[in-house]
Amino acid sequence: MSGSGQRLNVVPTVTVLGVVKARLVGATKGHQLLKKKSDALTMQFRQILKRIVQTKESMGDIMKSASFALTEAKYTAGDNIKHIVRENVQSATIKVKAKQENVAGVKLPKFEHFTEAGESKNDLTGLARGGQQIQLCRSAYVKAVELLVELASLQTSFLTLDEAIKTTNRRVNALENVVKPRLENTISYIKGELDELEREEFFRLKKIQGFKKREVERQRKKKFEEDQVAEIDWEKTHTKGFGSDLLVPEAQKDEDIIF
Amino acid sequence: MAAAPATSVQGTARTSSLIAIIADEDTVTGFLLAGVGNVDLRRKTNYLIVDSKTPVKAIEDAFKEFTTRDDIAVLLISQYIANMIRFLIDSYKKPLPAILEIPSKDHPYDPTHDSILSRVKHMFSSDPAGPIGRG
Repeated sequence: MSGSGQRLNVVPTVTVLGVVKARLVGATKGHQLLKKKSDALTMQFRQILKRIVQTKESMGDIMKSASFALTEAKYTAGDNIKHIVRENVQSATIKVKAKQENVAGVKLPKFEHFTEAGESKNDLTGLARGGQQIQLCRSAYVKAVELLVELASLQTSFLTLDEAIKTTNRRVNALENVVKPRLENTISYIKGELDELEREEFFRLKKIQGFKKREVERQRKKKFEEDQVAEIDWEKTHTKGFGSDLLVPEAQKDEDIIF
Repeated sequence: MAAAPATSVQGTARTSSLIAIIADEDTVTGFLLAGVGNVDLRRKTNYLIVDSKTPVKAIEDAFKEFTTRDDIAVLLISQYIANMIRFLIDSYKKPLPAILEIPSKDHPYDPTHDSILSRVKHMFSSDPAGPIGRG
Protein backbone atom coordinates (compact mmCIF):
# COMPACT_ATOMS: atom_id res chain seq x y z
CA MET A 1 0.00 0.00 0.00
CA SER A 2 1.13 3.44 -0.84
CA GLY A 3 -0.34 5.07 2.25
CA SER A 4 1.45 3.06 4.94
CA GLY A 5 4.40 4.57 6.68
CA GLN A 6 3.09 8.04 6.12
CA ARG A 7 1.64 10.31 8.69
CA LEU A 8 0.48 13.84 9.00
CA ASN A 9 2.98 16.41 10.15
CA VAL A 10 1.50 17.37 13.50
CA VAL A 11 2.60 18.28 16.99
CA PRO A 12 2.02 15.29 19.27
CA THR A 13 -0.34 16.70 21.86
CA VAL A 14 -3.55 15.48 23.41
CA THR A 15 -5.57 18.16 21.60
CA VAL A 16 -4.23 17.19 18.20
CA LEU A 17 -4.89 13.55 19.06
CA GLY A 18 -8.54 14.41 19.62
CA VAL A 19 -8.73 16.30 16.34
CA VAL A 20 -7.12 13.47 14.38
CA LYS A 21 -9.39 10.91 16.01
CA ALA A 22 -12.41 12.97 15.00
CA ARG A 23 -11.07 13.10 11.45
CA LEU A 24 -10.62 9.33 11.42
CA VAL A 25 -14.23 8.89 12.51
CA GLY A 26 -15.31 11.23 9.72
CA ALA A 27 -13.20 9.40 7.16
CA THR A 28 -14.64 6.05 8.24
CA LYS A 29 -18.19 7.32 7.95
CA GLY A 30 -17.47 8.88 4.57
CA HIS A 31 -15.92 5.65 3.37
CA GLN A 32 -19.00 3.68 4.42
CA LEU A 33 -21.33 6.13 2.69
CA LEU A 34 -19.29 6.19 -0.51
CA LYS A 35 -19.17 2.41 -0.53
CA LYS A 36 -22.95 2.32 -0.30
CA LYS A 37 -23.23 4.86 -3.09
CA SER A 38 -20.89 2.83 -5.23
CA ASP A 39 -22.98 -0.28 -4.58
CA ALA A 40 -26.19 1.49 -5.51
CA LEU A 41 -24.65 2.85 -8.70
CA THR A 42 -23.26 -0.54 -9.63
CA MET A 43 -26.66 -2.11 -9.19
CA GLN A 44 -28.21 0.43 -11.51
CA PHE A 45 -25.30 0.02 -13.90
CA ARG A 46 -25.82 -3.71 -14.24
CA GLN A 47 -29.52 -3.28 -14.93
CA ILE A 48 -28.70 -0.76 -17.64
CA LEU A 49 -26.07 -3.05 -19.12
CA LYS A 50 -28.56 -5.86 -19.36
CA ARG A 51 -31.16 -3.63 -20.99
CA ILE A 52 -28.66 -2.17 -23.44
CA VAL A 53 -27.74 -5.60 -24.71
CA GLN A 54 -31.39 -6.60 -25.05
CA THR A 55 -32.36 -3.39 -26.82
CA LYS A 56 -29.40 -3.50 -29.17
CA GLU A 57 -30.36 -6.99 -30.19
CA SER A 58 -33.97 -6.05 -30.83
CA MET A 59 -32.84 -2.96 -32.73
CA GLY A 60 -31.61 -5.15 -35.57
CA ASP A 61 -35.05 -6.70 -36.09
CA ILE A 62 -36.91 -3.42 -35.86
CA MET A 63 -34.61 -1.73 -38.36
CA LYS A 64 -34.92 -4.66 -40.69
CA SER A 65 -38.71 -4.52 -40.65
CA ALA A 66 -38.58 -0.73 -41.11
CA SER A 67 -36.33 -1.07 -44.14
CA PHE A 68 -38.62 -3.70 -45.55
CA ALA A 69 -41.62 -1.45 -45.07
CA LEU A 70 -39.77 1.31 -46.91
CA THR A 71 -39.04 -1.03 -49.78
CA GLU A 72 -42.69 -1.96 -49.96
CA ALA A 73 -43.65 1.68 -49.99
CA LYS A 74 -41.16 2.41 -52.70
CA TYR A 75 -42.49 -0.45 -54.75
CA THR A 76 -46.09 0.69 -54.54
CA ALA A 77 -45.63 4.44 -54.60
CA GLY A 78 -42.76 4.64 -57.02
CA ASP A 79 -39.13 5.43 -56.44
CA ASN A 80 -39.57 9.18 -56.56
CA ILE A 81 -41.26 9.03 -53.16
CA LYS A 82 -37.97 9.89 -51.53
CA HIS A 83 -37.75 13.16 -53.39
CA ILE A 84 -41.23 14.10 -52.26
CA VAL A 85 -40.39 13.19 -48.70
CA ARG A 86 -37.19 15.21 -48.76
CA GLU A 87 -38.89 18.19 -50.31
CA ASN A 88 -41.54 18.23 -47.63
CA VAL A 89 -39.23 18.37 -44.65
CA GLN A 90 -39.97 21.45 -42.59
CA SER A 91 -39.83 21.06 -38.90
CA ALA A 92 -39.51 17.94 -36.83
CA THR A 93 -42.69 16.45 -35.47
CA ILE A 94 -40.89 13.81 -33.45
CA LYS A 95 -38.63 15.34 -30.89
CA VAL A 96 -36.98 14.22 -27.72
CA LYS A 97 -37.20 15.74 -24.32
CA ALA A 98 -34.31 15.37 -21.91
CA LYS A 99 -35.26 14.55 -18.36
CA GLN A 100 -33.01 13.85 -15.45
CA GLU A 101 -33.15 10.89 -13.18
CA ASN A 102 -31.35 11.02 -9.88
CA VAL A 103 -29.63 7.84 -8.78
CA ALA A 104 -27.75 8.24 -5.49
CA GLY A 105 -26.78 11.79 -6.31
CA VAL A 106 -25.79 11.11 -9.90
CA LYS A 107 -27.93 12.83 -12.49
CA LEU A 108 -28.72 10.52 -15.37
CA PRO A 109 -30.12 12.05 -18.54
CA LYS A 110 -33.21 10.31 -19.79
CA PHE A 111 -34.73 10.97 -23.18
CA GLU A 112 -38.38 10.80 -23.93
CA HIS A 113 -39.70 11.14 -27.42
CA PHE A 114 -42.90 12.96 -28.09
CA THR A 115 -44.84 13.87 -31.18
CA GLU A 116 -45.44 17.51 -31.69
CA ALA A 117 -48.94 18.31 -32.82
CA GLY A 118 -49.21 19.84 -36.23
CA GLU A 119 -49.81 18.69 -39.73
CA SER A 120 -46.76 17.93 -41.74
CA LYS A 121 -46.86 17.99 -45.48
CA ASN A 122 -45.87 14.35 -45.48
CA ASP A 123 -49.32 13.44 -44.25
CA LEU A 124 -50.56 13.72 -47.78
CA THR A 125 -47.67 11.86 -49.34
CA GLY A 126 -48.81 8.92 -51.36
CA LEU A 127 -52.37 10.09 -51.66
CA ALA A 128 -52.35 9.07 -55.27
CA ARG A 129 -50.59 5.76 -54.98
CA GLY A 130 -49.53 3.41 -52.21
CA GLY A 131 -50.80 5.52 -49.34
CA GLN A 132 -51.38 2.59 -47.03
CA GLN A 133 -47.90 1.22 -47.54
CA ILE A 134 -46.46 4.63 -46.78
CA GLN A 135 -48.43 4.90 -43.57
CA LEU A 136 -47.20 1.44 -42.58
CA CYS A 137 -43.67 2.46 -43.38
CA ARG A 138 -44.07 5.62 -41.35
CA SER A 139 -45.35 3.74 -38.31
CA ALA A 140 -42.51 1.24 -38.65
CA TYR A 141 -39.99 4.06 -38.58
CA VAL A 142 -41.78 5.77 -35.69
CA LYS A 143 -41.45 2.53 -33.79
CA ALA A 144 -37.77 2.40 -34.68
CA VAL A 145 -37.34 5.96 -33.42
CA GLU A 146 -39.01 5.02 -30.14
CA LEU A 147 -36.61 2.17 -29.66
CA LEU A 148 -33.58 4.20 -30.69
CA VAL A 149 -34.47 7.01 -28.30
CA GLU A 150 -34.77 4.50 -25.49
CA LEU A 151 -31.46 3.02 -26.48
CA ALA A 152 -29.90 6.46 -26.59
CA SER A 153 -31.00 7.25 -23.07
CA LEU A 154 -29.73 3.88 -21.88
CA GLN A 155 -26.43 4.48 -23.57
CA THR A 156 -26.07 7.96 -22.10
CA SER A 157 -26.89 6.61 -18.66
CA PHE A 158 -24.32 3.92 -19.21
CA LEU A 159 -21.58 6.43 -19.98
CA THR A 160 -22.55 8.76 -17.15
CA LEU A 161 -22.81 5.94 -14.63
CA ASP A 162 -19.53 4.47 -15.76
CA GLU A 163 -17.82 7.78 -15.12
CA ALA A 164 -19.60 8.25 -11.78
CA ILE A 165 -18.71 4.76 -10.60
CA LYS A 166 -15.09 5.28 -11.52
CA THR A 167 -14.96 8.53 -9.57
CA THR A 168 -16.71 7.02 -6.57
CA ASN A 169 -14.45 4.01 -6.52
CA ARG A 170 -11.43 6.23 -6.76
CA ARG A 171 -12.65 8.13 -3.73
CA VAL A 172 -13.46 4.95 -1.82
CA ASN A 173 -10.00 3.57 -2.52
CA ALA A 174 -8.32 6.85 -1.66
CA LEU A 175 -10.09 6.97 1.69
CA GLU A 176 -9.42 3.32 2.39
CA ASN A 177 -5.81 3.12 1.27
CA VAL A 178 -4.42 6.61 1.80
CA VAL A 179 -6.42 8.80 4.13
CA LYS A 180 -7.38 6.25 6.76
CA PRO A 181 -3.94 4.61 7.13
CA ARG A 182 -2.38 8.03 7.34
CA LEU A 183 -4.73 9.10 10.11
CA GLU A 184 -4.19 5.81 11.91
CA ASN A 185 -0.43 6.22 11.64
CA THR A 186 -0.73 9.73 13.00
CA ILE A 187 -2.78 8.52 15.93
CA SER A 188 -0.31 5.76 16.79
CA TYR A 189 2.55 8.23 16.39
CA ILE A 190 0.94 10.70 18.76
CA LYS A 191 0.13 7.95 21.24
CA GLY A 192 3.69 6.66 21.13
CA GLU A 193 5.04 10.13 21.57
CA LEU A 194 2.73 10.80 24.51
CA ASP A 195 3.76 7.50 26.12
CA GLU A 196 7.36 8.45 25.62
CA LEU A 197 6.77 11.78 27.34
CA GLU A 198 5.02 10.03 30.17
CA ARG A 199 7.91 7.61 30.65
CA GLU A 200 10.33 10.48 30.62
CA GLU A 201 8.30 12.30 33.21
CA PHE A 202 8.07 9.17 35.33
CA PHE A 203 11.79 8.61 35.11
CA ARG A 204 12.45 12.21 36.05
CA LEU A 205 10.19 11.93 39.09
CA LYS A 206 11.92 8.70 40.14
CA LYS A 207 15.27 10.35 39.73
CA ILE A 208 14.28 13.33 41.83
CA GLN A 209 12.82 11.03 44.42
CA GLY A 210 16.05 9.06 44.59
CA PHE A 211 18.07 12.24 44.80
CA LYS A 212 15.92 13.50 47.64
CA LYS A 213 16.19 10.20 49.45
CA ARG A 214 19.95 10.25 49.14
CA GLU A 215 20.01 13.80 50.36
CA VAL A 216 17.94 12.89 53.39
CA GLU A 217 20.15 9.89 54.03
CA ARG A 218 23.26 11.99 53.72
CA GLN A 219 21.93 14.55 56.13
CA ARG A 220 20.89 11.87 58.54
CA LYS A 221 24.34 10.33 58.36
CA LYS A 222 25.98 13.68 58.83
CA LYS A 223 23.88 14.31 61.85
CA PHE A 224 24.68 10.88 63.17
CA GLU A 225 28.38 11.50 62.70
CA GLU A 226 28.11 14.87 64.37
CA ASP A 227 26.31 13.21 67.19
CA GLN A 228 29.02 10.62 67.48
CA VAL A 229 31.73 13.25 67.36
CA ALA A 230 29.91 15.11 70.04
CA GLU A 231 29.72 11.94 72.07
CA ILE A 232 33.43 11.33 71.68
CA ASP A 233 34.17 14.87 72.67
CA TRP A 234 31.96 14.42 75.63
CA GLU A 235 33.79 11.20 76.50
CA LYS A 236 37.14 12.91 76.04
CA THR A 237 36.28 15.67 78.36
CA HIS A 238 35.15 13.21 80.93
CA THR A 239 38.14 10.88 80.74
CA LYS A 240 40.66 13.64 80.38
CA GLY A 241 43.00 12.66 83.17
CA PHE A 242 43.29 9.22 81.88
CA GLY A 243 44.25 10.21 78.37
CA SER A 244 46.55 13.08 79.30
CA ASP A 245 48.48 10.90 81.65
CA LEU A 246 49.32 8.67 78.84
CA LEU A 247 50.02 11.37 76.33
CA VAL A 248 52.06 13.84 78.29
CA PRO A 249 55.34 11.96 78.75
CA GLU A 250 55.46 10.98 75.11
CA ALA A 251 54.76 14.51 73.94
CA GLN A 252 57.53 15.71 76.09
CA LYS A 253 59.76 13.07 74.67
CA ASP A 254 58.98 14.08 71.11
CA GLU A 255 59.59 17.66 71.79
CA ASP A 256 62.97 16.71 72.94
CA ILE A 257 63.71 14.88 69.75
CA ILE A 258 62.68 17.62 67.43
CA PHE A 259 64.15 20.55 69.15
CA MET B 1 -26.03 -5.11 -1.65
CA ALA B 2 -27.01 -1.74 -0.33
CA ALA B 3 -30.53 -0.48 -0.16
CA ALA B 4 -32.36 0.13 -3.41
CA PRO B 5 -31.12 3.30 -5.07
CA ALA B 6 -33.13 6.34 -4.29
CA THR B 7 -34.70 7.16 -7.59
CA SER B 8 -36.57 10.32 -8.27
CA VAL B 9 -37.55 11.71 -11.59
CA GLN B 10 -37.47 15.40 -11.99
CA GLY B 11 -38.25 17.37 -15.08
CA THR B 12 -35.88 20.02 -16.27
CA ALA B 13 -36.61 23.29 -17.94
CA ARG B 14 -34.87 21.99 -21.05
CA THR B 15 -36.90 22.40 -24.18
CA SER B 16 -37.30 19.66 -26.72
CA SER B 17 -34.35 18.56 -28.79
CA LEU B 18 -33.89 17.02 -32.19
CA ILE B 19 -32.65 13.69 -33.46
CA ALA B 20 -29.91 13.98 -36.06
CA ILE B 21 -29.20 11.34 -38.67
CA ILE B 22 -26.17 10.48 -40.76
CA ALA B 23 -27.11 7.55 -42.98
CA ASP B 24 -27.71 6.32 -46.48
CA GLU B 25 -30.54 7.64 -48.57
CA ASP B 26 -33.14 5.00 -47.78
CA THR B 27 -32.66 5.10 -44.03
CA VAL B 28 -32.80 8.87 -43.99
CA THR B 29 -35.94 8.83 -46.12
CA GLY B 30 -37.60 6.46 -43.70
CA PHE B 31 -36.79 8.60 -40.70
CA LEU B 32 -37.83 11.75 -42.50
CA LEU B 33 -41.13 10.08 -43.28
CA ALA B 34 -41.55 9.39 -39.59
CA GLY B 35 -41.16 13.09 -38.93
CA VAL B 36 -37.67 13.41 -37.56
CA GLY B 37 -36.34 15.85 -40.13
CA ASN B 38 -35.92 19.49 -39.40
CA VAL B 39 -34.89 22.42 -41.55
CA ASP B 40 -34.21 25.67 -39.80
CA LEU B 41 -34.42 29.21 -41.08
CA ARG B 42 -30.98 29.13 -42.59
CA ARG B 43 -31.85 25.93 -44.48
CA LYS B 44 -29.65 23.90 -42.20
CA THR B 45 -30.77 20.31 -41.96
CA ASN B 46 -30.40 17.90 -39.10
CA TYR B 47 -29.61 15.00 -41.39
CA LEU B 48 -26.91 14.06 -43.85
CA ILE B 49 -27.45 11.71 -46.73
CA VAL B 50 -24.33 9.73 -47.47
CA ASP B 51 -23.85 8.02 -50.79
CA SER B 52 -20.83 6.61 -52.55
CA LYS B 53 -19.79 10.07 -53.75
CA THR B 54 -19.82 11.72 -50.33
CA PRO B 55 -16.28 12.47 -49.18
CA VAL B 56 -15.19 11.41 -45.71
CA LYS B 57 -14.40 15.03 -44.94
CA ALA B 58 -18.06 15.96 -45.36
CA ILE B 59 -19.08 13.18 -42.96
CA GLU B 60 -16.53 14.34 -40.44
CA ASP B 61 -17.75 17.91 -40.68
CA ALA B 62 -21.36 16.84 -40.30
CA PHE B 63 -20.47 14.70 -37.30
CA LYS B 64 -18.61 17.55 -35.67
CA GLU B 65 -21.43 19.96 -36.39
CA PHE B 66 -24.13 17.65 -35.03
CA THR B 67 -22.18 16.90 -31.89
CA THR B 68 -21.59 20.56 -31.13
CA ARG B 69 -25.10 21.81 -31.86
CA ASP B 70 -26.95 22.14 -28.59
CA ASP B 71 -30.42 21.40 -29.96
CA ILE B 72 -29.51 17.83 -30.85
CA ALA B 73 -29.89 15.15 -28.21
CA VAL B 74 -29.46 11.96 -30.20
CA LEU B 75 -27.31 11.33 -33.25
CA LEU B 76 -28.11 8.27 -35.32
CA ILE B 77 -25.33 7.12 -37.59
CA SER B 78 -25.23 4.14 -39.90
CA GLN B 79 -22.68 1.66 -38.83
CA TYR B 80 -20.76 1.51 -42.09
CA ILE B 81 -20.48 5.30 -42.01
CA ALA B 82 -19.44 5.14 -38.39
CA ASN B 83 -16.66 2.80 -39.42
CA MET B 84 -15.37 5.46 -41.81
CA ILE B 85 -14.98 7.98 -39.01
CA ARG B 86 -14.31 5.46 -36.24
CA PHE B 87 -11.46 7.50 -34.81
CA LEU B 88 -13.79 10.47 -34.30
CA ILE B 89 -16.44 8.36 -32.63
CA ASP B 90 -13.98 6.60 -30.38
CA SER B 91 -12.52 9.90 -29.25
CA TYR B 92 -15.97 11.30 -28.56
CA LYS B 93 -16.52 11.12 -24.83
CA LYS B 94 -19.42 13.42 -24.01
CA PRO B 95 -22.73 11.94 -22.86
CA LEU B 96 -24.75 14.48 -24.84
CA PRO B 97 -25.67 14.13 -27.65
CA ALA B 98 -25.85 10.38 -27.49
CA ILE B 99 -24.38 8.60 -30.49
CA LEU B 100 -26.18 5.55 -31.73
CA GLU B 101 -24.95 3.24 -34.41
CA ILE B 102 -27.79 1.79 -36.42
CA PRO B 103 -27.78 -0.93 -39.01
CA SER B 104 -28.44 0.05 -42.60
CA LYS B 105 -30.17 -1.87 -45.30
CA ASP B 106 -27.13 -2.90 -47.29
CA HIS B 107 -24.85 -3.44 -44.36
CA PRO B 108 -25.88 -5.93 -41.69
CA TYR B 109 -25.34 -4.91 -38.13
CA ASP B 110 -22.09 -6.04 -36.59
CA PRO B 111 -22.09 -5.70 -32.80
CA THR B 112 -18.33 -6.07 -32.55
CA HIS B 113 -17.75 -2.75 -34.29
CA ASP B 114 -19.99 -0.75 -32.02
CA SER B 115 -17.94 1.44 -29.67
CA ILE B 116 -20.42 1.25 -26.84
CA LEU B 117 -21.39 -2.37 -27.26
CA SER B 118 -17.78 -3.49 -27.29
CA ARG B 119 -17.29 -1.76 -23.95
CA VAL B 120 -20.46 -3.38 -22.63
CA LYS B 121 -19.37 -6.82 -23.79
CA HIS B 122 -15.90 -6.25 -22.40
CA MET B 123 -17.36 -5.50 -19.00
CA PHE B 124 -19.67 -8.48 -19.10
CA SER B 125 -17.13 -11.04 -20.11
CA SER B 126 -13.70 -10.18 -18.81
CA ASP B 127 -14.66 -8.60 -15.52
CA PRO B 128 -17.17 -10.67 -13.56
CA ALA B 129 -16.76 -8.41 -10.54
CA GLY B 130 -17.98 -5.49 -12.59
CA PRO B 131 -16.53 -2.02 -12.53
CA ILE B 132 -16.02 -2.31 -8.77
CA GLY B 133 -12.90 -4.34 -9.38
CA ARG B 134 -11.30 -1.58 -11.38
CA GLY B 135 -9.48 1.52 -10.20
